[in-house]
Amino acid sequence: MTAHPAAIHSAAELDDLRRRAPLLKLDGITKTFPGVVALDDVSLEVRAGEVHALLGENGAGKSTLMKILAGNHQANRGQIHLEGEVVHFDNPMQAKEAGIVLIHQELSLVPEMSVAENIFLGALPRGMFGTVKWRVLHAVAAEILKTLGCKFSPRDKVGRLSIANRQMVEIARALVFTPKVVVFDEPTASLTDAEKVVLFEIIRGLTKKGVGVVYISHRMDEIFTLSDRLTVLRDGKVRGTLETSETSEDGVTQLMIGRSLEGRTKRAAGAFGPVALEVKGLTCGSLYHDVSFQVRKGEVVGMYGLVGAGRTEVAETLFGLRTPDAGEIRIDGEVVAIDAPPAAIARGLALVPESRKEQGLVLGMSCRDNMSMAKLSGVTGRFGFLKPRAEQAIYDEYAKTLDLRAPGPAALAVNLSGGNQQKVVIGKWLATDPEILILDEPTRGIDVGSKSEIHDLIRRLAASGLAVLVISSEMPEIMGVSDRVLALYHGRIAGDFDAETLTEDRLVQAISGL
Amino acid sequence: MTSDTTGAPPRAMLPTWSDVGHLAQRQGILIAFILFIIAFSFTSERFASWDNASTVFRQVSIIGTMALGVTVVVIGGNLDLSVGSMLSFATVLVVDLHDKIGPAPAMAITLVATLAIGAVNGILVGFLRLNSLIVTLGMLSAIQGVTLIYSGGQNVDITDQEATWFAFFGRDFLLGVAVPTWIFLGLAVVFQIVLTRTAYGRRVFAVGGNPMAATFSGIRRSYVVFSTYLVSAFTTFCAALILGSRVMGSQNNVGQGYELMVLAGVILGGTSLLGGSGSMVKTVIGVLILGFIQNGLLLMGYQYYAQWLVTWVVIILAVWLDVASKRGRLFTTTT
Repeated sequence: MTAHPAAIHSAAELDDLRRRAPLLKLDGITKTFPGVVALDDVSLEVRAGEVHALLGENGAGKSTLMKILAGNHQANRGQIHLEGEVVHFDNPMQAKEAGIVLIHQELSLVPEMSVAENIFLGALPRGMFGTVKWRVLHAVAAEILKTLGCKFSPRDKVGRLSIANRQMVEIARALVFTPKVVVFDEPTASLTDAEKVVLFEIIRGLTKKGVGVVYISHRMDEIFTLSDRLTVLRDGKVRGTLETSETSEDGVTQLMIGRSLEGRTKRAAGAFGPVALEVKGLTCGSLYHDVSFQVRKGEVVGMYGLVGAGRTEVAETLFGLRTPDAGEIRIDGEVVAIDAPPAAIARGLALVPESRKEQGLVLGMSCRDNMSMAKLSGVTGRFGFLKPRAEQAIYDEYAKTLDLRAPGPAALAVNLSGGNQQKVVIGKWLATDPEILILDEPTRGIDVGSKSEIHDLIRRLAASGLAVLVISSEMPEIMGVSDRVLALYHGRIAGDFDAETLTEDRLVQAISGL
Repeated sequence: MTSDTTGAPPRAMLPTWSDVGHLAQRQGILIAFILFIIAFSFTSERFASWDNASTVFRQVSIIGTMALGVTVVVIGGNLDLSVGSMLSFATVLVVDLHDKIGPAPAMAITLVATLAIGAVNGILVGFLRLNSLIVTLGMLSAIQGVTLIYSGGQNVDITDQEATWFAFFGRDFLLGVAVPTWIFLGLAVVFQIVLTRTAYGRRVFAVGGNPMAATFSGIRRSYVVFSTYLVSAFTTFCAALILGSRVMGSQNNVGQGYELMVLAGVILGGTSLLGGSGSMVKTVIGVLILGFIQNGLLLMGYQYYAQWLVTWVVIILAVWLDVASKRGRLFTTTT
């Protein structure tokens, strides 16, 4: 309840508002998903008229917390207090009606409809006989757009607007409900600098009206420009709530990363084998540009960068899922043309993809069938008949190596926890006896125990002579498993750090384009 | 809040809809099938006889054979609605060529032509990734047009119906069982083995279950989808042999509406239209249910066309039970 002598918003009544009891209070929120504790006793207060930044790495629990607040998920324990009263939301509509609005990272607009229709979606003003009052609709929409300083018309089709303007439509939609709390989830991810300035103005405008704003972002500069207070989440727990003016970027980073990086075995650069994978000048449209790097046998190379920096796209190109515009890929020194995944597999490449449910597994199939899927030719005998014993042998071997905890080989993949699902995907690729293993976000959304098991496995695989490329947006993961780290920023390699030069500060700077 | 629950019986005593649903999901179609047989047995003495059963098998063999191929397409995640007019086309062609060039060459040419139609479907859906509903619906009318142009609007028939060995496919019996029944059930067994025991079958299930994961696993999705359309063209060709041989002639729109009966059999059996699951056993049962409904209604003295209405009701019930079992209750409360 600290008073702000030099508050950004100088109106006296605003200061008064802030000093009062918090507008929104999350108290002891706990949320578990099968196999994962996503949130553990999380408490958070948002005052009227403040911008409260929420920070944390991917998977720290920010999005889950906000989804609980907005009624998309329900907490297992804990309470939400709004203006001093306990509230409970079964669905997003109830949260909206109570005045809590979440502005999504993924836009949820209907592109074929007009701006005005989108703003009032589900709440169109109706006249007699249930007809839509178009004049009222357009007039009110125009007024809301004017307060936001938008230049486009309420009659424009949303599909024709730029991403930034669509974001404005999302915000306009929030304003229809006269919100008390507005949550912005990574709103600037797709905005230009000029558009950001407009967005920040709007956010400040909201706070002047006494709205409490929760602002989720990875970008330190934005958080320090915009927020009054900030809360850091890590592994589903609150690690601290601070006055923004009383902390520094270093202090916040410390809270976010937290644990020390003990147990990491540093090895001399000479310990690795020959170069297994070499990429030179690889370019693919606007996705990434002039990417060059090497991975040696026995080496783990980390690729670190923000979402959208082009990491996944590089991996997909290596695996034959995208065609590069320029550049070459060499495997064991030989230039290779990989036009499709089968060619990549034949060359000893394996890719554990970013999204295990969409890209990694056929969820309705058994663990055994999933594990042999990338090696079907290896378990096929005469006349194309599968060899059940060979399939069972694959399952047995990798279930053991990976310590897979599944009810059995016939258990459907959909019924496993995230960590065990990921082990099935990894097992599927180890079964192909790869020489180069690419793992894209190998531990996203899985529990801490399985996480460290997978990290150990990556180290063991490298020690056995595999060349490993690990893509991750989690700093501790990258620092913990890699021998060398490539930093990607806007589709370009912005830094290449070996064991000597690698520090967290340098890495954060490189991926932020500093 | 507690007073509300005191009057209600303990939950565990009563089977919940989800229990019913689970049972229905696993064995539902078989249960429905048995109930049907019992119900019809009471209404007509002739119904539950060996003769009648073998008649039903023979009657469903054409739709059943086609449904086997369409099941493969559906497991692969697509639809094939063109099989009805493909049947007209193949039957007209094989019957017309029979007298002109002899039965064996006629069959060879018809097989190639039918597979060519399947290949076009397969290229459009598999390689160009066009929506299978649109592609095969378009093919349905395109092939009807081709058939009418080919036949000049005339019906065709085989002149010497007694002498030709072509009669084997539709009219002969082996070991007391009709050849059409042998073809239908024989293909069902072969396909079931291919689907469950070979790498090809596994690829079809993988592509239908999650095309992206299949691609990421090095399975050439386009080729697999393409091949499923060749399979359904092949089974349609087999059905055309049975039909042409049984009738020894053909109207040029003989297959009209068959695509819906075929799809009804597949759905009724319980193969999911979402792809990635299903089996030949299911489809055989689904098709037999359709056959017994038709047969039972006729024995009870209803008009032939009444079966269309009853079939629709049965399909809706089957789909409803399937959905209800997945969400654990019969009705949904959310809007």
